[in-house]
This record gives sequence, structure tokens and C-alpha cells, in this order.
Amino acid sequence: MSAVGFVVERAGALTTVQDLGRAGYAHLGVPRSGALDVPAYRLANRLVGNAEGAAALETTVNGCALRAVRPLLVAVTGAPCPVRVGGRPAAWGAPVRVPDGAVLEVGAATAGLRSYVAVAGGFAVEPVLGSRSADLLSGLGPAPLAEGAELPVGSERGAGRAADVLPYGPAGGELVLPLVPGPRDDWFAPGALTALVTGEYAVSPASNRIGLRTVGPALERAAGRDGELPSEPMVPGAVQVPPDGRPVVFLADHPTTGGYPVIGVVPEESLPAAAQSVPGSRIRFVVLRSARPAV
Amino acid sequence: MLPMGRDAVLVETEDGEGAQALHAELLRRRAAGEFAEVREIVPAARTVLVAGLADPRGFAAAVTGWEVPPVGPGSGELRELPVRFDGPDVAEVAALWSVAPEELPGIVTATPFRVAFCGFAPGFAYLTGLPPELHLPRRPTPRTAVPAGSVALAGPYAGAYPRSSPGGWQLVGTTDAPLWEPSREPAALLSPGTEVRFVEVTA
Repeated sequence: MSAVGFVVERAGALTTVQDLGRAGYAHLGVPRSGALDVPAYRLANRLVGNAEGAAALETTVNGCALRAVRPLLVAVTGAPCPVRVGGRPAAWGAPVRVPDGAVLEVGAATAGLRSYVAVAGGFAVEPVLGSRSADLLSGLGPAPLAEGAELPVGSERGAGRAADVLPYGPAGGELVLPLVPGPRDDWFAPGALTALVTGEYAVSPASNRIGLRTVGPALERAAGRDGELPSEPMVPGAVQVPPDGRPVVFLADHPTTGGYPVIGVVPEESLPAAAQSVPGSRIRFVVLRSARPAV
Repeated sequence: MLPMGRDAVLVETEDGEGAQALHAELLRRRAAGEFAEVREIVPAARTVLVAGLADPRGFAAAVTGWEVPPVGPGSGELRELPVRFDGPDVAEVAALWSVAPEELPGIVTATPFRVAFCGFAPGFAYLTGLPPELHLPRRPTPRTAVPAGSVALAGPYAGAYPRSSPGGWQLVGTTDAPLWEPSREPAALLSPGTEVRFVEVTA
């Protein structure tokens, strides 16, 4: 059963429905998509007793406001932010009851970028290829929240509440990105990896769900390695270097193939921190040579 | 054989046919129960990605020893795509091919195509099969909106746009085939390995 649970009063800068995404369809040109900060998304679901993979909301920078049209249980995690229910302060990072008619206000992030709002029963928008995630590259899944939109909430529950409150918070300041070199590190000038590790890079304001863009020194190509590669498959965390030389770290909505060389791949467990890093944050790339499979 | 992060391997092949053959072999082996943990097997122009491997080193070592049969006619499911040759670039393409515009439909419909890989948009298939002398440049200025269903050529590829999007390919026709329907299984009419024939229709 899924009936309307919330009406959107304030959509925020960009609020989307997300779950664990559409893994397994990359060969059809379908991006993985899904929550950018998976641990925060999972925690929100655990706090309200949802099953693994229930759909939640991912906000960007300035939260959102939702009016409940029946009593609901919610939890807000991810980027810390003020939470209010019916105008009164409520807990962040803990289960919160929202009475019928009350407005849940998810405020602006005080650190990080993206907060997660889970509701008991999950947001029950229509799934596409097994996922309710909004994929902003290819347009699959539900549209981003708009003022006045009605959000269905399901009744499916998990095995029971697995957490009441858990310590969690995005690390502030510098973003450390480990990097496994390859597959196309040989497309760059000798010393490009050193330049990446020692250069002063910062998170670009042009970053989005497709990729974390960087500002910093341009990485030079090796002699004779100009232009593009024949299209090759991409993975989350791939650090692709377009002709301007500024690395882009692919996030959940990245294209499935691309023609610019990938100098290295950031392991997936480091991508949530990347997705929570505010523009201007310093980035420190660390090369994981030992992790490179000898293939 | 190239590493792509900690649990994925990018296998380089000699050419596009090699990538198609290796992709077909990987699907056969997965169907037979090998590397069940693998999350994605994604072919592209001259590479195949295998992601989610428990033992990427072992996998990479094993792949080099495989006997991979080449792909040939009849090795994939055949789809016929009805096409009206009404694209705005027919005359230009015919000129590049040094043929009369009326000859273009016959050339395209006589060519056996195969889906080499998908990308760019869900359900957009890169079809190979054109001989080198018919390969075409992209348009110097991409169109901001190519209509859904457009049948197009560029480089060694043919393709059909599942939905309207920007594009720099040469537009030679239109198809009404349902290329992408997320509620259908499979969602994509054309997937890697599918054999494709264009069939001319006039209405």
C-alpha cells in the first residue's frame, strides 16, 4: 500500500528520491545512480526501521520542507542541519515523529552538502529498472521534488528498528581521496601522478551528482597522447581528465562510457566524503600503489 | 589487461570485433556460473569492463588463456528495424559516399549490423558493420536537439536515438521501433550482441 504521505512545501535547491541505484544495467547505457552518501542513507533507513534499499530523500545544501498528511516516523541524517517539526526543534540523526498536518523542516546544512530523509515505509514512487532513484544524467526515475508535489509513502517495514541514535558526521575540512592508478595513467606525462598528489586541488562549485569537479593545476598528457580514446566503460570513482586537464571524480550519475583518459580510480568507500565536500574544500589525492592489481 | 580500481579489470582487445567476442564469452561463462559476484560486464569500442571481481588478479591471469570464438552472423538475436530514409543529411552522406541519394537506403539495408556496445543514453546502441570506406565524420556542429527515433551514422557506427537529445551524427532516417521502454523486460530493444537489419518502409 502506498498513499500520499507528504506534500512538498519547499523543495530546496535539489531534492531527489534515492535508494541503492540500478547496478547491473551499465551495459545498456544506464548509470548506477543512487544515494551519493550511502552510509548516511542506510543509517536514515535503519533509524526508522526500514528494509535495506527503501527509498529516501537526498537534499542539497538547503534541505526541504514537507507537510505530513498522516502521522509518520522520519529520520534525518547525512549533512548535519537543524530539524524542526511543527515549528519546534527536533532531533537530527534520530527517529522523529511527525503528526498529521505538521511540517517537517530540514534546514540548511551546517557542514557537508547532502542530508537524507528517511520515512518509515519508504518513499513509494514508481520504481524504474528496480530502483526509485532519480538519475539526473539520463532522466530515469522520479523528477526532483517540486513545490506542491505529493510524495507517496509505503507501508513496507524492515525487521525492526536496528538503531536509535548513532554517531555520524562528515569529516570537515580537507577531502582525502585515495587513488588506484590506471587504467590510463600512461596517457599522462611522467610526473602527472606526482603533480596530482602534490598539487593544490579544491572542490569546484560546478560539481554535481555526475561528478566532483576540481580546480587546480592542469595535468599534462604524455607526448603523442592527444585527443580521445575510443569510448571505454567507466566506473564510480573513476578520475577522468578532460582536455582542460582538471580531474573529475565520477559519482553515482556518471555516464557509463567515456572517451577521456582515466588516470586512476577512487575506491567507492571514499566517495561519500567526496559527495559531502563543499565547494572550495581542499582535496588531497593519495596514490594507493599497493592496491593496484598486478594485471 | 588494465586495472580499474580495486575490484575491476578493463580488458583491452585488438579491435572492436575482439571486444564483442570477449563480451559474448564473458556472458557465456557467467551464465555457466563463473564469477557470480561480478556486478557489471560492459563492452565498449575496444575494451570490456568486468567490475565487482573477488579476485581481479586471478581473473586477469585466466582471461589471457581463454580461447574466445569470434562472433559471426547468427551468433546474436536478430532484430529488424523499420526505417524511413527521410533524414536531413541523406544528400550529404550520399555525397560523402560518392553515390546518388536514392542509393543510400539500399546500402544501409544491405549491411548486416551488430550492437557493439551501448552508451550515451539508456538504450542507445552503437552498431558496427559498415565497411571502412563508408565510415563518416561527425557533423562539424552538433545539433542541439536530434528527434527521438532518428537513425544516424558517425565514424564506424550507426545508431538510433531512443529519445531526443543533442547529437553530432549524420541523420539519414527515422524509426518507430520502441528502442527503450523501462517497464519492458528487456528495457532496451538493442543490447550488446544483438544483430540488426534496417528494413526500408515508406510510410
